[in-house]
Amino acid sequence: MAITLSASDAPSPPLSARLSPPQVWGIALLAPYLLVFLAFVVYPVGYGLWLARHPSSYVALYHDPIFARAAVNTLIFLVIGINIKMLIALFLSGFFAQQRPWIRWLSVIFILPWAVPSIPTILSVRFMLNPEWGVVNQLIFKFTGDDGPNWLNDPAVALAMAIGVHIWKSLPFWTLILLTGRLAISQDLYEASDVDGANWWQKFRYITWPSMQTLYITCTLLSMIWTLGDFNSVYLLTGGGPADLTHVLSTLGIRYLRLDQLSLAMASIVCAMPFVLPLVYYMMKRLSR
Amino acid sequence: MKLPTLRDVGTEAKLLLIGIPVFIWTMIPIYHMFVFAISPKEDAFTGKLWPTHPTLHNFSIVFHQQHYFLRDFWIQFWNSTVIALAVGALTLFVATAAAFSISRLRVPGGRVVMNMALFTYFIPAAFLAVPMYRTMGTYGLLNNHWSLILAMVTIAAPYAIWVLKQASDKLPVELDEAATMDGATTLQLFRLVYVPLMMPSLVAVGTYAILLAWNEYLYAFLLLSKDTDITLPVALGNFLAADDSPWELLMTTGFIYALPPAAVYYAFKRYMVGGLTAGAVKS
Repeated sequence: MAITLSASDAPSPPLSARLSPPQVWGIALLAPYLLVFLAFVVYPVGYGLWLARHPSSYVALYHDPIFARAAVNTLIFLVIGINIKMLIALFLSGFFAQQRPWIRWLSVIFILPWAVPSIPTILSVRFMLNPEWGVVNQLIFKFTGDDGPNWLNDPAVALAMAIGVHIWKSLPFWTLILLTGRLAISQDLYEASDVDGANWWQKFRYITWPSMQTLYITCTLLSMIWTLGDFNSVYLLTGGGPADLTHVLSTLGIRYLRLDQLSLAMASIVCAMPFVLPLVYYMMKRLSR
Repeated sequence: MKLPTLRDVGTEAKLLLIGIPVFIWTMIPIYHMFVFAISPKEDAFTGKLWPTHPTLHNFSIVFHQQHYFLRDFWIQFWNSTVIALAVGALTLFVATAAAFSISRLRVPGGRVVMNMALFTYFIPAAFLAVPMYRTMGTYGLLNNHWSLILAMVTIAAPYAIWVLKQASDKLPVELDEAATMDGATTLQLFRLVYVPLMMPSLVAVGTYAILLAWNEYLYAFLLLSKDTDITLPVALGNFLAADDSPWELLMTTGFIYALPPAAVYYAFKRYMVGGLTAGAVKS
């Protein structure tokens, strides 16, 4: 109502007056984003959905063991990986809430994984885990005289490592957000509970958790949506291997794309939509308030 | 000064018991990369925690492009820089205009656009990459820097608009009214009142877009392919193509590549933490 106030002094202005100069400007200024949105979101998505329209693509996906494996891997990544990450973040946010000079310094260092690009650090981990030359197996050999395992050649271990890399990268971000939530809780509550002789679990259960619950759940859901699109952690660490057993949906889509099976790529993404869209809907409800 | 009690020491020990593993966990991949970067080739694979003869020789090789994998290092560095800055500038332009229009001018349909933008923000970027790749082919932009720039603007703009809209909703309405009373046109209002007041958020959003573009791997690797066109992260990924790739040089290049965004992040941490993370998840 801000700008149009002068124009709308008269009750219910005629239609021609409704497009005041500010509103013409408003449309002109919105146009660049609308153009970007139409050209690079609406058109690609529409085109992609059109490519994925044939039921035969879904039949082909159903018969592709790699897709089933990728779907299971994605679920493991989201349900186990994200929940572990968020629990650690919740715990560490309590640690970083402690007022100590050295903890302040540690928090500056702790944010490093989030501040540096993921590609060099993921490749660094990949080299550490190299069976012959990696530092991990070198140290195992040095101390035990045995050859270490071939880390990335076992699909279960390789997937666990990819989840580890993902946690390493994004843990600081979520810890920081949960920390802001924690710091917003009034200290008086804790002091009062000290007087009443509450132990740390009771403080967490009856003060911290009730005030952080919503934030924690929102963060978990948001992290799940974003992790669906985490291509780097898996692709750069394992490349989907060994034998295409560690793919997740995001790397699988790109794999199909590279094999020129675009309709399969789109179909695999469409299959994820029943899970993604409710989460997206929930998040949009929260954020557009 | 009073002496610490046994209880205090116990608390401190418990905190250290958490702090030390956190420190080690955080530093291992970065330290490993750093050790590789300062190790001579023959030293790099011995699994030492500190090289016997630390050297800057690897950096010299990278800077002088003295290796097959590095022959286009500077042009790739330049590509990364230009693309990141272009994405920052374009995102700022698109997002500021849109946020001003939605929040201050209350353009009809603004809310719908905001929701569409938010929707894009929540669609995982790796999912959009597949149709985006094909679309860029249709537009004839593949292997052109514009494809990556426009793709990254598409990805960066929704969040940028949302942050800017949140911030500009907080500016008092009276400002606009007063300026309009004084005879300011909409464009003057935008230029002389809105942009100066929004500076902190604009810095945050610009930094966000630049870092996003500099760090992007997937889109860069899909949309660009010629050795002289690609950005640094794609060049790093290409090291993996050969089994005998020189790890110490890859780690050195990776280290150089990681420095600018880390520096920018810490320089603008105030804006990044205040403006972005707090806004990311309202409780």
